[in-house]
Amino acid sequence: MFAYLIRRVLFLVPTLLLVSIISFSIIHIAPGDPAELLLTGPDGVADPQVVEEFRNEMGFDQPFYVQYGTWLMQVLSGDLGYSYMTDQPVSKAILHNFGATFKLAVASMLFTLLIAIPGGIIAALAKDTWKDDLSRFFSLFGVSIPNFWQGYLMILVFALFLDILPVGGYGDGGDLYHMILPALTLGTSSAAVLMRLMRSSLLDVLDHDYILSARARGLPEYIVIGKHALKNAFIPVITMMGLSFGYLLNGSVIIETVFAWPGIGNLMVSSIYSRDYPMIQGTLLFVAGIFVLINLLVDISYAYLDPRLRYDKRNN
Amino acid sequence: MIKGIINRSILIGLILIGAVLFLALAAPWLAPHDPQQTNFEQRLLSPSSEYPFGTDHLGRCILSRVLFAARISLFIGASVIGISFIAGTMIGSISAYAGGIVDEIVMRFVDGFLAFPSMFIALAIAGIFGGSMTGLIIALSIVEWTAYARVSRGSVLAVKNMDYIAVSRMMGGRAPYILRHHILPNITSPLLVLSTLGMGNVILAAAGLSFLGLGVSSAPEWGMMVNEGRLFIQSAPHVMFFPGIFIVITVLGFNFLGDGLRDIFDPRDTKQRWRLF
Repeated sequence: MFAYLIRRVLFLVPTLLLVSIISFSIIHIAPGDPAELLLTGPDGVADPQVVEEFRNEMGFDQPFYVQYGTWLMQVLSGDLGYSYMTDQPVSKAILHNFGATFKLAVASMLFTLLIAIPGGIIAALAKDTWKDDLSRFFSLFGVSIPNFWQGYLMILVFALFLDILPVGGYGDGGDLYHMILPALTLGTSSAAVLMRLMRSSLLDVLDHDYILSARARGLPEYIVIGKHALKNAFIPVITMMGLSFGYLLNGSVIIETVFAWPGIGNLMVSSIYSRDYPMIQGTLLFVAGIFVLINLLVDISYAYLDPRLRYDKRNN
Repeated sequence: MIKGIINRSILIGLILIGAVLFLALAAPWLAPHDPQQTNFEQRLLSPSSEYPFGTDHLGRCILSRVLFAARISLFIGASVIGISFIAGTMIGSISAYAGGIVDEIVMRFVDGFLAFPSMFIALAIAGIFGGSMTGLIIALSIVEWTAYARVSRGSVLAVKNMDYIAVSRMMGGRAPYILRHHILPNITSPLLVLSTLGMGNVILAAAGLSFLGLGVSSAPEWGMMVNEGRLFIQSAPHVMFFPGIFIVITVLGFNFLGDGLRDIFDPRDTKQRWRLF
């Protein structure tokens, strides 16, 4: 197990290096000079002298690898630079906003499990009946509905028509009252996917001989399912929960904009609008770091649960 | 029984996609009004016989706009999937076939892209391009191709050492010939499922980015229309309702089709969708 851990962590080094290159260079992907683009306002291109000064100050006149090297050294010492807009340290803004996103993601995850686990179990036990069809339809519907549109429908019904929940905002430090609508909207697609996974995982387990033998011994069905089958069926679901936590980050980009939730997705969108390059680079690096960390934890828990995986050189 | 369900999924998918495709192609003949024609005397009208879906804040016919927008969404979806499919499959299968250091470098590169939550990187690229259809297609292709590279690589690795490949090689078959004639036919079914589900995901993501103002803005687009309608959600909810329902129908069609195809080809593969948006 220890050797596996070391190997798995060492594999991260080239990935993280590449992640940092992508995060840094993404602002250079568009044609044109970043300094000029940044200072071009509604009245057209800024004074060339000003552009030149800004370029010097920000280091845009240096060769690309020098800019990257300087940035990487700063990042390694924990400094992600300063926002162009607010002059606030990037790392501080990111950590502050990530707290709000984390809170929302945990709430969404709870909602996801509450829907997905009972739904998936019912669908598996009632395979090929109308209940199974219904769950299949809801899963497909859940991944097909655009989350921004769903968000506004929720606002329309619960905030404007019934007037029982707020239209958006963070409230008193992100209280439950303000969290319900964004959390439900964010959790819809992961609930849909996890419900399908719960169903297929339970069906897989029910195929095994030990279930047959448990039934042959005359155990009541609720013991066969509850004690023998579910325990094993949960393994892939628990692993996928870890991953879906990472994918909730994707949804946060739009949900946080719709509900004015001050999280990391919201920060990213506003930094894009204002072309706040250090903030864009820092946020990309941070979310990728979170993603990599979650994947690492998922892999380790998998290897812990299934020892065979530790000896595979790499998964293909 | 199982067979019946599979066929039903595929059938539902094909009907929904066919309907949307028909509406998109026939938009110039079906649309009752010019989709860009503004009319300030007829702003935010509720659905009526003259305007079946009502009018928006500039007095434009929502039905006509929704129909023309179907063309944009299908075009973006098809372009992104086409680009990603070709680039990803080529890179993935060549990498697997070559093996060794080439494979190692390519896969590390793919891992680097997969390390990002896709929406963040698509948002950054679309944003840097300043909101245009080209920027949107590039942004979504950059996050989408890795899935095809991974799947085709895995499939090639699985068949690479089969006897019939060795025989073909012994008989003097060169690498491009073997890849094209013996390996590619074997990996089409997972890639077909991937691209069908991918169409749905890409259309959803493109609408999301356009909703944020980072996609199409010159022509009617569903996500952008929802964004315009959100300001009048209380007084005229129909403005944001109709474009959204069209997104649902289109994406649902591709997801039904993909789900049905997956059941036929590989009933056990339930994890694929997680890699997408």
